[in-house]
This record gives sequence, structure tokens and C-alpha cells, in this order.
Amino acid sequence: MAWARTNLFQSIGSSIATLAFGAVVLWLLPPLLSWAITAAVWNAADGEACRQHQDGACWAFIFAKFDYLRFGSYPISERWRVNLTEAVGAILIVWLLWPEAPRRGLAALLFFAIYPIFAFVLLHGSHWLGLAVVDTLLWGGMLITVLTAAVGIVFSLPLGVLLALGRRSQMPTVKLASVLFIEFVRGVPFITILFMANAMLPLFLPEAWAPDRLLRPLIGMVLFSAAYMAEEVRGGLQSLRHGQHEGAMALGLNYPLLMGLVILPQALTLVIPGIVNNFVGLFMDTTLVSIVGLADFLEAMNNAMKDPAWSGPTIMPTGYVFAGMFYFVFCYGMTRYSAFVERKLAKGGKR
Amino acid sequence: MRALVDANYEDTPAIDFIGVHKWYGTFHALRNINLTVRRGERIVVCGPSGSGKSTLIRCVNRLEEHQSGSVIVDGVELTRDVKRIDEVRRDVGMVFQSFNLFPHLTVLENCALAPIWVRKMPKREAQDMAMKFLTRVKIPEQASKYPAQLSGGQQQRVAIARALCMNPRIMLFDEPTSALDPEMVKEVLDTMSELAQEGMTMMVVTHEMGFAKQVADRVVFMDNGEIVEINAPAPFFEHPQHERTKLFLSQILH
Repeated sequence: MAWARTNLFQSIGSSIATLAFGAVVLWLLPPLLSWAITAAVWNAADGEACRQHQDGACWAFIFAKFDYLRFGSYPISERWRVNLTEAVGAILIVWLLWPEAPRRGLAALLFFAIYPIFAFVLLHGSHWLGLAVVDTLLWGGMLITVLTAAVGIVFSLPLGVLLALGRRSQMPTVKLASVLFIEFVRGVPFITILFMANAMLPLFLPEAWAPDRLLRPLIGMVLFSAAYMAEEVRGGLQSLRHGQHEGAMALGLNYPLLMGLVILPQALTLVIPGIVNNFVGLFMDTTLVSIVGLADFLEAMNNAMKDPAWSGPTIMPTGYVFAGMFYFVFCYGMTRYSAFVERKLAKGGKR
Repeated sequence: MRALVDANYEDTPAIDFIGVHKWYGTFHALRNINLTVRRGERIVVCGPSGSGKSTLIRCVNRLEEHQSGSVIVDGVELTRDVKRIDEVRRDVGMVFQSFNLFPHLTVLENCALAPIWVRKMPKREAQDMAMKFLTRVKIPEQASKYPAQLSGGQQQRVAIARALCMNPRIMLFDEPTSALDPEMVKEVLDTMSELAQEGMTMMVVTHEMGFAKQVADRVVFMDNGEIVEINAPAPFFEHPQHERTKLFLSQILH
């Protein structure tokens, strides 16, 4: 009660805002809950029940299509491989991101060096290991979305750091190349980059090296995101006082040590919010890979909604609300984690 | 070869400036500097602001590049060769006006960083040595704190300990007390005096004339980018030879 008085009703203005917000919630929440829970169809073999209950969501549709939304056309008998890959990835990520976890260096090594090979072999298959090869044409759904986001995040940050350092380099050619790359990519829409990656990468490379149709947009995504990352990191580098460079140089630290031990740890810490902002944007942008023919999660949802057995007026809202929740969970998770890291660093290294 | 070098070690100057010039654009920052610092010698450099004294000592570890003449440190001439510059920097400690401690590392980590990564010393050993030097500058109890939690005087003593951890042959001090509150100046000067008593070769840019009188073997007075006068402290303060020196001393000593 006392809390409510000091926080919600401490002035006339705040009281009005509280009451108005409360009224909106009371007005919107009951119909929303009714639509999402009580009036929703939870169990049905096809769209008939959903067509009869038009005032509620058709969650039965999501259940029926869940495997397709998750794996796309990945062969049913091989889907355990996707599950295993994702489970191992999830364990490694938690190990890596948990600040109190033991041996996080080992986790980093496993995740960045071993896991990509492990994931590729498992998902793509290998004749030597007796795993049937699954063409990337068949991959789809959440698998594509999560894979694209993970590859984008893991590769764009280090590449962005290199570009940021390149842009501040004393060597004119390195500097020019970095500036040209960053400014070109930032001046072109992501969709254009995707089309170019799709159409032009095969032209530049010999036939035998022609990258896979899944790999091309991944490369496009990494390059696109790296340019934005570079500018974010550059902001962090510029906000450090030059004395930090001089202090490190005077101790005899060479350039890699100076950057790796003194400058980058401080610069990256300063720009965590911006970096995570880029990660969130990257996660959203994964939906665009559908325009070069990949059936990512949202595209799989669109395909699933075309099934005549499930056609009905509640299918589309249900599908998009579910899709929205899926993206929200990942992006909100990232922003929460970044806020947690910021608080932790603020506690430790006071500046 | 090594033995030959060692035999001559005491005779080779610690630092040798020969006809050094430096320009910032069109501004002539150093004009024909000739100065030889012997081993174990304590040099205090003073002069009005903008006279080039900081630029001069920053040329010793190549934080500033000179454009003509030569700077020879410990028998090694400073050129564009990055490897050689890093070698010289390892053996030349520097203490800055603004401390330049690394805020993301604890005091102990600040001190042990370069021994571990540059000298390739085992971590345990480097930390033990860091504690030894922190004890010497009388702040071992602050080892696990971050620089921002320390007072200015304490931070500057950490900076001195950090430089000493590299076991330098020469120590450079660039106005080490100018950013400190008055009550903290003494603790830093005391630390520097102790270092001088142990025979460290030191080049100190400072306005602390009391320190110069007590500790310096020679005082260098600079004005307008050139060395105007070099003398032992007693004659320097009692019988300055040049008008500019007299003017400067009258302003600074009131």
C-alpha cells in the first residue's frame, strides 16, 4: 500500500497515468486471455474445430505443424540430428555465458573451434560416419532461423572488431579497404546484399568452390552485420583516452597485446548495449533470407498456413502471434543477458 | 660478444641525445638537443609550459618520434624498427601525469600484466613480484582493488610499482605530481627519492624544485624547445647563468 502511494500515486499526474494505464490493461487483457486460452482450440485433428470456434486461437494448428515449423523438410528419420546439434549448442552457450561456470575458456574453445565442425557434420551428414547426407535444400524452419542467427552473431563480432581496427590503422591500404567495405555495406539495403551474395558469390569463385545455397546468404549476413558491428566497436575505441595506449606502449606491449589486453576489453565493455542491439537486429533480419529461397521459421509458418485442411479465419492470427512470441523470446533473452552483464561489470570494474 | 658489451656497460651512456630536432607540423618543438645521461644519474628537467620538456623525455621511449638527430637508449638507437622500440620500452619505465593505469584490471593485475605477457614470466611469480613492489611503494593492502577506488597519490604509486615490475634500467617521470592534490604530492616524491637512493637512472620532468635540489645530479632548464642551461642543483638555483633561467626561477620560487 505504501509502495503504491510512493510509486504509483505520488502526484496528480502520476495518478492519472496509473489509472489510465490500469484501465487500458483491464479493457484489453480479458479479451486477450479469452482469445489465447479459454476460447482457444487446443486439440483438433484438422481445421474443422477451429472453423467452428472463431473467437479463439487455433493452437491445435501449431501443434499439428510444429515439426514442420521446427525442421522444415528435414527427413523425419534424421531429425534427431538437429535436436542433438541444438541441445549440445544450448549447453555450450549456457556454459559460456554463465559467469560463475568453471573452465569457461574450455567452453569457448569447444564452442568456437570444435562445435561448428561438429554441427556441420551432424546436420549435413557424412558418408564416412554413416550419416546420410541431407541436402541444405531440405533444411528449414527454426533450424534455419537459429542457425543463421548463431552464425551471424559468432562471426560478425570478430570480423567487425577487425574492421574497426582496420579503419583506425596507420597503414593507408588497410584503412582504405576497411572504410570502403564498411561504407559500401552500410550504404546498401540488406536485401540487396542477400541478392548479391546469392547471385555474385558463385560468379567470383570456381565451380568446385561454389558455395552452397544456404552458405551464400550466411556469408551475406555475416558481412552485412560486421559492417555495423565495426562502427559500434569504433565508437568504443574512440571513447578511450589516449593515455591507455601510451600506458600500455610504455610497458613494451606490442600491438596485439596492447589491443587484446588493454584496449579492446575496455572498448567492447563500453559498447555492449550497441553490440546487443545489433545482435537483436540481426536476429530479426534472419526473416529476410526467405527472399533468396530459404524456408526459415517465418517462411515455414507462411507455408504451413496454406494447408487447405487447416484453412480458416483464425489460422493467420494464431500463426503470427506464435511467430511473434518465438522471436520475442530470443530477442528479449539477449537484451536481458546484456543488462545482466552490464550490471555485473559496473559492480566489478568501477571506472 | 655479450661479455664485451657487459665490460663496457658502465661506460655506455644510459641515454644519449645527439642533435635532436622535432617538429609538430611547422612548430619546432625540440631544437638541437644534445644531452648525455650517465648510468645511475638523476636528471631533473624543468622549464615553462610548452618548452618541450615532456616531448624530450617522451622521445626516450619513442612515444614521440624525433625527425632528425639520434636518440640512443642503452646503446640502442631508436629508429622506425618497431621490434627494437618494444625492446627499449621493456627496459625503460615511464610514469605519467595522468597515471594511465588500466581501469578494468585490479592493482595487482595492472602490475603483473606486462611481466606475464611481455617477459613471459609465470603468473604466480609475476604476482609475487608485483606484491613485492607494491609493498615497496607501501600499498600492498590495495592489491585487489581497482584503480578508481584509490586516491590519486596511491594510483601514482601503483603506476611506479607497475613500471618497476618490468625491472627497468631507466625510469622516466613525466610531471608525476602535477595531477595530484597537494597533500598527496609528498608520498609520491618520497617514493621517487627512495628509488633514486637505490641508484636508478632517472629522468624527471617536474616543477617540484625541492625534489630537484635534494635528488638531482643535474638540472636541465628548457625554454622554447631548446636546452638553455644544464648544471648541478646548487649552482643552478644559486647562480643561474642565463636571463631566461633567472626569470623562470623567480617566477616559480616566488
